[in-house]
Amino acid sequence: MKAAAFKYLRAENLDNAFDAFAEYGDEALILAGGQSLMPTINLRLAQPAVLVDINHISGLSGIEQSGEKIQIGATTRHFELANSELVASKLPLIASAIKHVAHRGVRNRGTFGGSLVHADPAAEMPACAVALGATLVLESRAGERRISASDFFLGVMSTDRRPDEILTSIELSADGPGDVWAFRELSRRHGDFAMVGVTAKARRASERLEDLRLVVFGCEECPQISAVAASLAASGQEPVAIAQAVAEELNPMTDLTGDAETKRFQARSLIEQSLGDLLEGRADG
Amino acid sequence: MVETVSIRLTVNGAEVSKEVEPRQHLTDFLRNELGLTGSHIGCEHGVCGACSVRVDGRVVRGCLMLATQADGAAVETIEGIVESSEAADLAEAFIGRNALQCGFCTPGMMLTAAELLAEGKPLDRAGIRQELSGNICRCTGYQAIVDAVESVLVKKTGEV
Ligand SMILES: Cc1cc2nc3c(=O)[nH]c(=O)nc-3n(C[C@H](O)[C@H](O)[C@H](O)COP(=O)(O)OP(=O)(O)OC[C@H]3O[C@@H](n4cnc5c(N)ncnc54)[C@H](O)[C@@H]3O)c2cc1C
Ligand code: FES
Ligand code: FES
Repeated sequence: MKAAAFKYLRAENLDNAFDAFAEYGDEALILAGGQSLMPTINLRLAQPAVLVDINHISGLSGIEQSGEKIQIGATTRHFELANSELVASKLPLIASAIKHVAHRGVRNRGTFGGSLVHADPAAEMPACAVALGATLVLESRAGERRISASDFFLGVMSTDRRPDEILTSIELSADGPGDVWAFRELSRRHGDFAMVGVTAKARRASERLEDLRLVVFGCEECPQISAVAASLAASGQEPVAIAQAVAEELNPMTDLTGDAETKRFQARSLIEQSLGDLLEGRADG
Repeated sequence: MVETVSIRLTVNGAEVSKEVEPRQHLTDFLRNELGLTGSHIGCEHGVCGACSVRVDGRVVRGCLMLATQADGAAVETIEGIVESSEAADLAEAFIGRNALQCGFCTPGMMLTAAELLAEGKPLDRAGIRQELSGNICRCTGYQAIVDAVESVLVKKTGEV
């Protein structure tokens, strides 16, 4: 289908975008990679009056390390994350998970920030951001606001972003010694959204997992840390028991990829495998 | 009156200046304004890959990028890539292996395959399938397409 008419505004800086918000309110939508927004516009599910293209705002893209922090600009594209040596060495979970995000042509254009703001419950990057304890930096005319990924996601395609805010960058901690991670996903075809997925980060100390941050995605309304997983792991429970307990308390949504009970079953086995990966330091999913 | 935006870009190396409607996507622009009908339009929402074109060196969905967004960009289409003989090996392999029937998916398949061939990393058949997973073919069953890409990749990397 063809898009309905809209105005196009190429923002050269954040102020251009804030001006558009001031003038058009929620009739103005940010256009980043367009890989989620353009389909909805072509299908006329969204009919914005104005598209504010943020692809040319300098300083919004790039991956940098300062101390133990890695800063990823919101318009950094999926393929840039996949090709980055810094990401491969300091954020190996992202490096592994990004390969599961869509297909080559989509990864060439889709952005990290767009994926987070879009907040699809089956998307990989929001789940990884929560597992890694990322901090999101949002800017508006009122200034800068920082929020943790766990507080940012509120529901299905719903976040704490305010309509006049632009996500400008994402801050993550570089992997340190003893850090382990896991990523496992079930999908019908490589590059599809997850039917169910599990990602986790922890510290391994004497055969136990400390500070376990385990997230199931493609399952509940939005990614969140499992508190049960963390406490059972800290007390040295076996993966099979932890997986059982976490799966039991999940609240899976039935969707086109499976019904709730199927997802609970799939999640349980992915959780068990992921905990095995963490304990054995076996990383790739 | 329909509002338009002026854009300047290069298409297959030639400079182009045009007035476009903001809502026109890049593949419609190439097909309707420039007569470059090699890029096809299947789903118009990102799932089929038939509309693939190369923008500033990377293959993208032409249906998910606006023509106005290509202002200042270097766009290449299957026409340009075939003409420049960049994809000569690939075209020959596609024909040799019967990797196309109706040909609707072929420009997108070839552009995507050209990008992974240019990266030159050895890939097994499963890896090639993963790389082509974003391009749908309704005719061949993919086997012959994977054959064609594999044969060029093996020739290039010297690895099986
Ligand atoms: C065929 C296909 C398969 C896909 N498969 C997957 C998959 O398996 N896994 C997956 O995770 N994704 C998948 N995607 C989606 C893809 O990853 C998108 O790139 C991503 O969801 C959105 O990023 P974008 O930059 O394209 O954002 P856009 O589409 O430009 O924007 C998405 C939304 O976020 C808002 N937005 C974007 N950037 C900002 C910002 N900086 N600040 C504030 N608001 C902003 C926009 O206004 C819009 O509402 C797929 C897409 C396609 C077409
Ligand atoms: S027409 Fe663009 S992906 Fe199908
Ligand atoms: S050859 Fe017909 S769609 Fe692929």
